[in-house]
Amino acid sequence: MKYLCLAYEEEQKLNGLSRSEWQALRQETLDYVEALRESGRLVTTYALQSATTASTLEVRNGEVWVTDGPFTETKEQLGGFFLIEVADHDEALQVAARWPSARIGSIEIRPVEEALRLERRYG
Amino acid sequence: MTGQVGHGFRMSDDNASGVARSVVEALYRDDSRRVVATLIRLLGDFDLAEEGLHEAFRAALEQWPRDGVPDNPYAWLVSTGRFKAIDSLRRRGKFDALDDPAAIMDVAGVDPATRDDEGIEDDRLRLIFTCCHPALLSDAQVALTLREVCDLTTEEIARAFLTPAATLAQRIVRAKAKIRSARIPYEVPGYREMPARLDAVLRVIYLVFNEGYAASSGASLTRQDLSGEAIRLGRLLIELLAQPEPEAEGLLALMLLQESRRDARTTAEGDLVLLEDQDRMRWNRGQIREGLALVERALRHRRVGPYTLQAAIAAVHARAPDPAATNWGEIVGLYDVLLRLDPSPVIELNRAVALAMRDGAEAGLGLVDRIMSGGKLNNYHIAYAVRADLCRRLNRHHEAAAAYRRALELVGQEPERRFLQRRLSELRRLQPEAGGPPES
Repeated sequence: MKYLCLAYEEEQKLNGLSRSEWQALRQETLDYVEALRESGRLVTTYALQSATTASTLEVRNGEVWVTDGPFTETKEQLGGFFLIEVADHDEALQVAARWPSARIGSIEIRPVEEALRLERRYG
Repeated sequence: MTGQVGHGFRMSDDNASGVARSVVEALYRDDSRRVVATLIRLLGDFDLAEEGLHEAFRAALEQWPRDGVPDNPYAWLVSTGRFKAIDSLRRRGKFDALDDPAAIMDVAGVDPATRDDEGIEDDRLRLIFTCCHPALLSDAQVALTLREVCDLTTEEIARAFLTPAATLAQRIVRAKAKIRSARIPYEVPGYREMPARLDAVLRVIYLVFNEGYAASSGASLTRQDLSGEAIRLGRLLIELLAQPEPEAEGLLALMLLQESRRDARTTAEGDLVLLEDQDRMRWNRGQIREGLALVERALRHRRVGPYTLQAAIAAVHARAPDPAATNWGEIVGLYDVLLRLDPSPVIELNRAVALAMRDGAEAGLGLVDRIMSGGKLNNYHIAYAVRADLCRRLNRHHEAAAAYRRALELVGQEPERRFLQRRLSELRRLQPEAGGPPES
């Protein structure tokens, strides 16, 4: 089963790391991604540019509305994601628990819907 | 479980069918949760398992009086329940690509009848750990455990928690849906996850106990049924766990020692009686004996956890024949250890109460004021009640009255309110002006 793991973080907190702290975290993340890939559990992963680069778009009555910034202005912003293929929710939790930025921010784990449902969007 | 019924009941006389009927009833009363726990594993769905369970018992009531009680009634109920559930799914044609009957059959792979009885105990443990899974909201963990493990009805749980039945039912439905769609596994956690997962289970059990022992609001001080369920759960957990877990023993000890004082802690009118004023002859000796033995066993392990320490504190009270004989020094020491393990202002406050008993009210009050200046207990009525009591003992009646009034503003539970009100009135009698002008 696939789970999308969304890594939320405070950008300031990460920018506040010293150069060597950041490099250690970066290397740890790259190593972990490699290990996950080798174990066959990683589908894909990307880090995102700062939430300050985000735009949010809506189409209402045929009009396109674009606003500056992410959808919600909360303390933590989406900083990256990894899509994994694992047996169950507990294995997803175990994978996410070892994702290095979980120690600084938080990770939301969402099971993937394999096909859009017929009767309504959510079960 | 096999064989206890005996072949004699297969004789087709009226008596035999009556016996078969009562066997079904006894199995339903004592073993239906075992059957449902296994059906959940086989069917991968709580509601389907519940449906299968009821169909299986209905079939048993029809067939056993006629054909005799099967050799292994448990296995019979499980395979009948599983068959009926899958059959009903087929008839409803209620599958889509995500919910294929073949997938359910796959999960059901092993023939339940061939499994030995050890597997059955595993299923009950799986059920407990799944109901208390940390991915579920705390309220939902409690509701689901009481519903699925203890077999209370939604209405009973709603009444006990003073929650509208619809809200509670919704909570349970959501939790089951999350278990299904997020694929929360039906497993006993492995060695590495065990400590954290066991903590979650113990927390649920203690929440249930406390709701029964010191209901957070409402007219009745205790709701004995919930405490009884929590104690039953605590026992079941210890019985099912493969390894002895000291904290599970510590929690059961704590609950038993608190429960032993139930009859003594309220008057016939439902008023609160403080520990020091309780008639110790009314403490339940059987529960105390069992609780003390469990504490001693839990303390022998190298790792001592918070439940065991709280039980050890309750044990000091239980061993004292009268309040004056209480070893307050030992209690303060136990709180010191507890604070290192689990620092919290509420525990600091409890320690201050014990310290006031050991070193006098003045020392206690100084400490209570220091703790309260931290600000974390500003809305905790007990903190003001403690301060009030210490001031009262020091004859600082004005301060005592002010603290009682603040506690009264915050208290939610009726017997506690009456207790505080009584204390405040006593102060007014001692010194009429102590009550002071009402604060607007």
